[in-house]
Amino acid sequence: MTPLEELPQLAINGIVQGTILAIPAIGFTACYAVLRYANFTIASHTTMGAFAGYVANVTLGLPAYASLLFAFVIPAISGVLCHEIALRPLLKQGGPLTAAIAAVALTIALENIIRFIFGNDLRGYDLPVYRDWRFDLGFTFVRIGPQQVENAAIGVAVMGAVFAFLAFTRTGKMMRAVADNAALAQIKGVNAETVARLANFLGMGLAGVGGMLLGLDTSIDPLTGFRAVLSIFAAAVVGGLGTIPGAVVGAAVVGIGEEFSLLVLDASYRTAVGFVAILVVLSFRPRGILGERAY
Amino acid sequence: MENYIVAMLVFAGLYGMMALGLNLIWGMAGMINLGLVGFFGFGAYVSAMLTRRHFELPIPVGWMAAAVLTALAGALVALTVARLKGDYLAIVTLGFSEIVRLVGSNEIKFTGGTDGISGIPGPWRGSVSPQEFNLIYLGIVAVAVLVCFVICQRIRFSPYGRVLRAIRDDEQVASVAGKNVLAFKVQIFAVGAAIVGLSGALYGHYNAYIAPEGFVPLLTIYIVLALTAGGTGNNTGAVVGSLLVVFFLESMRFVVQYIDFLKPVQVAALREFLIGISLIVVLRFAPQGLFPERTPVHKVPSA
Repeated sequence: MTPLEELPQLAINGIVQGTILAIPAIGFTACYAVLRYANFTIASHTTMGAFAGYVANVTLGLPAYASLLFAFVIPAISGVLCHEIALRPLLKQGGPLTAAIAAVALTIALENIIRFIFGNDLRGYDLPVYRDWRFDLGFTFVRIGPQQVENAAIGVAVMGAVFAFLAFTRTGKMMRAVADNAALAQIKGVNAETVARLANFLGMGLAGVGGMLLGLDTSIDPLTGFRAVLSIFAAAVVGGLGTIPGAVVGAAVVGIGEEFSLLVLDASYRTAVGFVAILVVLSFRPRGILGERAY
Repeated sequence: MENYIVAMLVFAGLYGMMALGLNLIWGMAGMINLGLVGFFGFGAYVSAMLTRRHFELPIPVGWMAAAVLTALAGALVALTVARLKGDYLAIVTLGFSEIVRLVGSNEIKFTGGTDGISGIPGPWRGSVSPQEFNLIYLGIVAVAVLVCFVICQRIRFSPYGRVLRAIRDDEQVASVAGKNVLAFKVQIFAVGAAIVGLSGALYGHYNAYIAPEGFVPLLTIYIVLALTAGGTGNNTGAVVGSLLVVFFLESMRFVVQYIDFLKPVQVAALREFLIGISLIVVLRFAPQGLFPERTPVHKVPSA
């Protein structure tokens, strides 16, 4: 196949991938916007969501949609606990960098709790298998899997819900106020602690949903989140750390970029695309596509 | 048993060098480097490729090349990221270490891929007994630690080190005082990376085998733990902290294996879990470490 013939298929895969990637990227960036440090526990919460969904889907026998609820709630609760017990005191005492380092340690600890319970084996969800649809574009064919369409649809629905929450609810507005100007929000009577808890709940919950969506296509193991984390960071940084629309745009860029890279690079270098994207953006437009300044 | 203790001391020495390197970059100059293991792996690969896989150069040449090339890589990374805030620096350096692992796993022609590189020569390995080899190597590592320690102490107590601390504490003040902040950052990042790279090269020749899965982020956490427990900013703390971390890791190995209903994967998971938690505990309850950094006081000569 010539590159031109491959392009439509890669574009479709990239858009689907970008839609899924946007979910944990929104989670990461939302936490950053409110708390102003890189919460690296996003990696283990992504994995945790994938496994929570797995328990609901395979062990309890629930359908995939209901399992997504588990994939949201379990990491969301864990995220709040991590914040309350470990990260908040460190953020107060040592500042954002100490909190970020502690978050790396915490993500390793959480990942190993999952490994302790489930072991290192690959696991798959219990899903009905469909045939791919084939479309003739005249000069080439594209294949679209019903699962892909479903994942993308879920992704779009979750994003829509997040945007509606932030735009129209009182709590959402509170979160945006703190992200925009924490001091001013405090003066206006917004409780910063409540908002911080909410940001962790929402952010890590979204990471969990993203983890399950990533796993629906393939399989899951305790490193699921860690493998995705470079792409998640890349999506958030490329779009502009701390802006939620930025995370969506960044995820699209990274998702499509990763697929297009297959034209010139070996598939195993896919995650390197995210890293290169981070470097390029930080060198030429440090605030990201839609964000504020990085320095 | 003696062999085991000697081997653990070798690892403590290697970790100590990494902690010294991290102390230069982070402890003194204030640049967080979560990609330490990337530089460690880079050095290990450089030396292994030069002395075993592609050429059969003498081992010391491999060590030197590892230090020099890792310094270059460090300078390059520093040049790209020196202007970034802490969070971005953390993300980029963490990404760098993943890229090193990715290249190690995929450039099979150069690195042997996930099979790694085996049969890396060690000094006098084969012509002496394994026990003697262990002792000789401990001697080499001890000398290397000592040399690095002296270099780091010289930096710490020199005017150069004072500028680094000034940059760490307030970049703007340092640059207002006429210091070229970027140059200082790039230089110290390169020196720190060189020490870490040399440590990686020493590891490869001791272990005789390197592979990408040996260079995981967990190792970076060991070193951050070592430095934090010992005392960030303090070179003695870096070395003592590494000894403590190796002792801690190994004693956990003994404790955990007596819980006999656990599967091997659970034992490994439990150890890694405890490491993560202990770093958080140290950061929370003993952020200054055993040897808190005391800024050297310079006597003002009386007029």
